[in-house]
Amino acid sequence: MKHTIIAAGLSVVAGAALAQAPVLTVYTYDSFVSDWGPGPAIEAAFEAQCGCDLQFVGAGDGAALLARLRLEGDGTPADIVLGLDTNLTAAARGTGLFAPHGIAPEGLTLPVPWTDREFLPFDWGYFAFVHRADLADVPRSFGALAASDLSIVIQDPRSSTPGLGLLMWVQAAHGADAAAIWDGLADNIVTVTPGWSEAYGLFLDGEADLVLSYTTSPAYHLIAEDDAGFAAAPFDEGHYMQIEVAGLLARSDQPELARRFLAFMLSPDFQSVIPTTNWMYPAALPESALPTGFETLIQPAKALLVPPEDAAAMRDEALAIWQRALAR
Amino acid sequence: MAARARPLTGVHWAGAVLAALVALGVLAPLGAVLARADWPLALGPADLAAIRFTLLQAALSALVSVVLAVPVARALARRSFRGRAALVTLMGAPFLLPVIVAVLGLLAVFGRAGWLNAAVAAIGLGRIDIYGLHGVVLAHVFLNLPLVVRLILQGWQAIPSERVRLATALGFSARDMLAHFERPLLRAVLPGAFLLVFLICTTSFAVALILGGGPRATTVELAIYQAFRFDFDLGRAAALGLIQVAICLLGGALAFRAIRDQDLGPGLDRPAMVWPGDHALARFGDALAIGVAGLFLVAPMLAVLLKGLPALPDLPPQVWAAALRSIILALASTALAVMMALPIALLAARLARPGLVEGLAFLTIAVSPLVLGTGLFILIRKVADPVALALPVTGLVNALVALPFILRALVPAAMAAEATQGRLADALGLGPMARLRHAILPRLTRPLGFGAGLAAAFSMGDLGVIALFSQPGQGTLPLEMYRLMGAYRTDDAQGAAVVLMVLTLAIFWLFDRGGRLDAATR
Repeated sequence: MKHTIIAAGLSVVAGAALAQAPVLTVYTYDSFVSDWGPGPAIEAAFEAQCGCDLQFVGAGDGAALLARLRLEGDGTPADIVLGLDTNLTAAARGTGLFAPHGIAPEGLTLPVPWTDREFLPFDWGYFAFVHRADLADVPRSFGALAASDLSIVIQDPRSSTPGLGLLMWVQAAHGADAAAIWDGLADNIVTVTPGWSEAYGLFLDGEADLVLSYTTSPAYHLIAEDDAGFAAAPFDEGHYMQIEVAGLLARSDQPELARRFLAFMLSPDFQSVIPTTNWMYPAALPESALPTGFETLIQPAKALLVPPEDAAAMRDEALAIWQRALAR
Repeated sequence: MAARARPLTGVHWAGAVLAALVALGVLAPLGAVLARADWPLALGPADLAAIRFTLLQAALSALVSVVLAVPVARALARRSFRGRAALVTLMGAPFLLPVIVAVLGLLAVFGRAGWLNAAVAAIGLGRIDIYGLHGVVLAHVFLNLPLVVRLILQGWQAIPSERVRLATALGFSARDMLAHFERPLLRAVLPGAFLLVFLICTTSFAVALILGGGPRATTVELAIYQAFRFDFDLGRAAALGLIQVAICLLGGALAFRAIRDQDLGPGLDRPAMVWPGDHALARFGDALAIGVAGLFLVAPMLAVLLKGLPALPDLPPQVWAAALRSIILALASTALAVMMALPIALLAARLARPGLVEGLAFLTIAVSPLVLGTGLFILIRKVADPVALALPVTGLVNALVALPFILRALVPAAMAAEATQGRLADALGLGPMARLRHAILPRLTRPLGFGAGLAAAFSMGDLGVIALFSQPGQGTLPLEMYRLMGAYRTDDAQGAAVVLMVLTLAIFWLFDRGGRLDAATR
């Protein structure tokens, strides 16, 4: 009996202590919060300095995240959404759910200027076709790839953000000729997968010579597996970028804390976690601070990026071109 | 018939209420998505193409699965050989595998870098290409053939042995056996099995896309994904969800019309293995059917096993934690599914049109998991935090989706029990509870064990709605496996796949075996 009373008393105290720590709810994609992603280290680092309870909530990938937010609308419990990319920010802005971040970011290390008022970048990467290092006749352009007998696996743009990135890449690099490029690529494509994981798994199992991934993918094999056997094919027309961003919700009940988190996001404590957990380039960390191994990665001659509003406008037509070419 | 004249008892009314709740559990989330949609609902030409392709591949997959399952099930029913029980259990595994594991296993055998192509190249022939409609059908047959084999086998084993002995005494030929035993049996089992596979295949998405080779192989489920996350067009997602319901109801109406009562007459004993009209050619055919099907079903699993085994000793602890979570979830889902299935099956067995009740339950596999999950999310949000309820909701949905599998195993057995032991019990004037306990339930333990095994295994292997509600530290084993894959940790993911495969198979085996140990018929 005595124990029950003590236990009850303790739980009241504990409840009170918890109630005092403000909760910051951050929506992000699932692989960010998984034990293999950046989430756990970032949560610990921020909680050590904020006197708050940082709660990550995972929801599929970037596009699923946006859909979730649209479902919840004004009633969303999220304070921050982290993990949209620039192909999605126009639609996210269109919901009217986001507030200006009010931060003048310093020390950004993106290869492009950043002026977005609602969204701040936390990491970025270049899409690239990854292959085994011993592949002969590595293609140097979409044209060369299409003309070759090499086989590739790609992701479906309707269910995968890298898949959509590839559409925008072809569109940004070839514009009016995009349809011809896709016609040429059609016979190189072994198959199309719902997401990145399946495509990369198929590639590792030898189903294709190349897979659509990132220029940073070989760094995983080099650093985590001590295997220098992978490389990304540098394309002459340049590589399309994926910039992953976070935004602050206008209806957040913790706007101050949320802004602190956004500032923390651009600090070394957050940024230094990114390279070897998300396997992307951090958005605000000098090259010298990158882990050993990243210096071996290819440096694209040109960074391609369609501005968010244009990307949203181009999307449907790019998808129609893709479907027409591959449906044959 | 006397069975219809008898009054319905409490358990039957419970079955009616549960069946209504199950239908509500599917239709309410669909309604919630509809309520959020912009009207009018409109479908584009791409959606119509997706519907056409979905129906085509599902019909082909179901047809091939059913046609191939007949000789395999017949062979297994007639022959006893060393390792038969192990083979029957092992052959059930593909159905239980998570989709991505099954795909990687199939590609290890049939893919461009697979065993088959290596063998074909060794004898100097060209490459076999698996990607296309034939690849989709192959994968769906791989996944569903074992289910159909088990359902037919269930029917075969229900043939009373005095009938078989009588046939032997009368000197029945193989042709007589076909006319008097096998044809009526297959007419009773095949339409339901066809419908089950057909409906499973209509919500296929990843398998169809990957093995179909690209956007040609766009299914309704993928169109729903596109509507939901690419266009955020809830109206189109809901309209496509409604079409899935229509396909299910139409398919159900057709299939259950085709089902004829398994009018084999009463029998009170276990089936004999000796089959009248046996001859050398039949023995050869049976050996061939078992050999080919065994190879086809076991080889991809062997590939999964070989790839994953080296990673087993060093698997991260999170995988084991997730495995424990998945086992608990599977047991809870199974308990729930069995509690729902039993009264519904007893009700169905009492009705003139059992298909109506069972068809309602089939809605749970015909409706898109994405629509179901999204609708539930909308509904739950109004009263509670869906993320905090991720595991219970996943368990509930898994139970709902597993329900049709248990019912398909249970309803024919319940009907047979009503027709035989039930009649006897009525003649003896047993009260409703005693009748249930002594006459009906003992005849159901075997299909119940099998059905519960399917439900548990399904719940273990399914990614389910947890992916829509996930929270750190709550992952199930399939989710954790996907997370490992998504973090480049392919070796660990393959190791996790082996854990998943072995656990799923073990849990299925335990239930299935438990049902047989206690069964009145073996």
